[in-house]
Amino acid sequence: MKTESALEKILAGGHLAVTSECGPPRGALPEKIKEKAGMLKGYVDAINVTDNQTAVVRMCSLAACILIRQMGLNPVLQMVTRDRNRLAMQSDILGAYSHGIDTMLCLSGDHPYFGDHPMAANVYDLDSIQLVQMVKGMRDEGKFQGGDEILNPPKMFIGAAANPFADPFELRVARLAKKVKAGVDFIQTQCVYNLERFTKWMDGVRDRGLHEQVYILAGITPMKSAGMAKYMKNRVPGMDVPDEVVKRMSGVSKDRQAEEGIKIAVETIEQLKEVEGVRGFHIMAIEWEQKVPEIVERAGLLPRP
Amino acid sequence: MITAERKPIEEILEYLEPYDRILLVGCNECVTVCAAGGRKEVALLSSALQMARMKSGRTLEVREMTLERQCDPEYVEELVNFIDQAGAVLSMACGCGVQEVARRFKDKPVFPAVNTKFMGASERQGVWAERCQGCGDCLLGLTGGICPIARCSKRLLNGPCGGSTDGKCEISPEVDCAWQLIWERLKALGLEKRYEDIISAKDWRTSRDGGPRKIVREDLAS
Ligand code: SF4
Repeated sequence: MKTESALEKILAGGHLAVTSECGPPRGALPEKIKEKAGMLKGYVDAINVTDNQTAVVRMCSLAACILIRQMGLNPVLQMVTRDRNRLAMQSDILGAYSHGIDTMLCLSGDHPYFGDHPMAANVYDLDSIQLVQMVKGMRDEGKFQGGDEILNPPKMFIGAAANPFADPFELRVARLAKKVKAGVDFIQTQCVYNLERFTKWMDGVRDRGLHEQVYILAGITPMKSAGMAKYMKNRVPGMDVPDEVVKRMSGVSKDRQAEEGIKIAVETIEQLKEVEGVRGFHIMAIEWEQKVPEIVERAGLLPRP
Repeated sequence: MITAERKPIEEILEYLEPYDRILLVGCNECVTVCAAGGRKEVALLSSALQMARMKSGRTLEVREMTLERQCDPEYVEELVNFIDQAGAVLSMACGCGVQEVARRFKDKPVFPAVNTKFMGASERQGVWAERCQGCGDCLLGLTGGICPIARCSKRLLNGPCGGSTDGKCEISPEVDCAWQLIWERLKALGLEKRYEDIISAKDWRTSRDGGPRKIVREDLAS
């Protein structure tokens, strides 16, 4: 084991891991984050806390992670390279680890263009792969990126994202290979709706033996309505929602669409369990955290280890 | 080359409000090529300004001049015989030219008539696009001759983000994804394997982050 991370323990133990996600509130509202995390207690192994997701200002991921940690749960510190340079990121990592946060997810983040401050400077001192390298260097060599020694180096279990649905598709396995080379420990994928494309990507991943070098958690997002399905299909870059899924959602009456969305999520998990190399699930129920326990239960993922 | 675009006339008129005689100075280099501040644009702006002034019941005397290179002291010196008669200088050069004029003529107000945009190339007639950010440590040899610093919206150095769609950047269908271009080019060169070489964290000291930059060539310096 490289770290004390509960998520690492579960994955190394050969269990299917379950993670979920909380978006911090758009205000100084600590109760909100506690409420969201509280709903997930006992149903997931770790809780990702987003970092100004979609480039919209929210309570910082680090503070929200600390609140969740204080509840005795396991937060995953998401960190995007969009908003901070390497000094700020490393100091945040030291702070996080000082509060018992030992798992993080390294991302480049959405462009500010999408958010509430499109006029902001975007930093990108590092990209996500360089962030993985930096966190690994801090952990395994006990060195800051600048080369100085760290007193009590933070031992982070290092995650990153992968999007098998973005273009160019043929490069997507190579991109994972590059993240593995950089030292990533686990991967959470973009939401899977297109199983065919996902399994094709996994074939490529297995061909190169990458599934043995990194834990892959498949992303699952239940859809609340046919409107959301259409929105995700047409408006969210890098999201692949096949026509059949949109049709299936529109095919039921409005009051039953939420249930249909949950059903699709549960079925997807069941099918993904059969794909060699899938080591768990990352369930992102956007502003719908209360549904996560039900999905986990119906997908046969209880009790948690 | 350095590209530029003319500022809105209202903004220029506002700068010139206190003055009745100005020196309007173009440049024969980049801004001529991108049709923002060459001889022709100087003439056009000159008449537009005079007409606008006339409408408000005042006159504006404009002396037009277009220098060979406004970023070069040797040519800026040519203004010396005309500067005294002008209340202010309006420069149609890039920011380098504006500053060179301001440096030479310490007591003369100098205003920019263009917005300096970027270092770019002409894509087709009338279209220029950004190509280089002058990071000071060229990595085009690693990326198939396409710069991710200038052309990826997030200046990612190790491959496309999860938003790349049909060859376009997540910020707009009008913007090519630099990493799609790099990938295609590496493939065309049979160098796909190169993609997996990690480009490690960049030393931005050679870029603007290290402070204002200067080149001193001892062999040429006087
Ligand atoms: S879509 Fe391509 S160009 Fe746009 S930010 Fe992502 S990698 Fe960069």
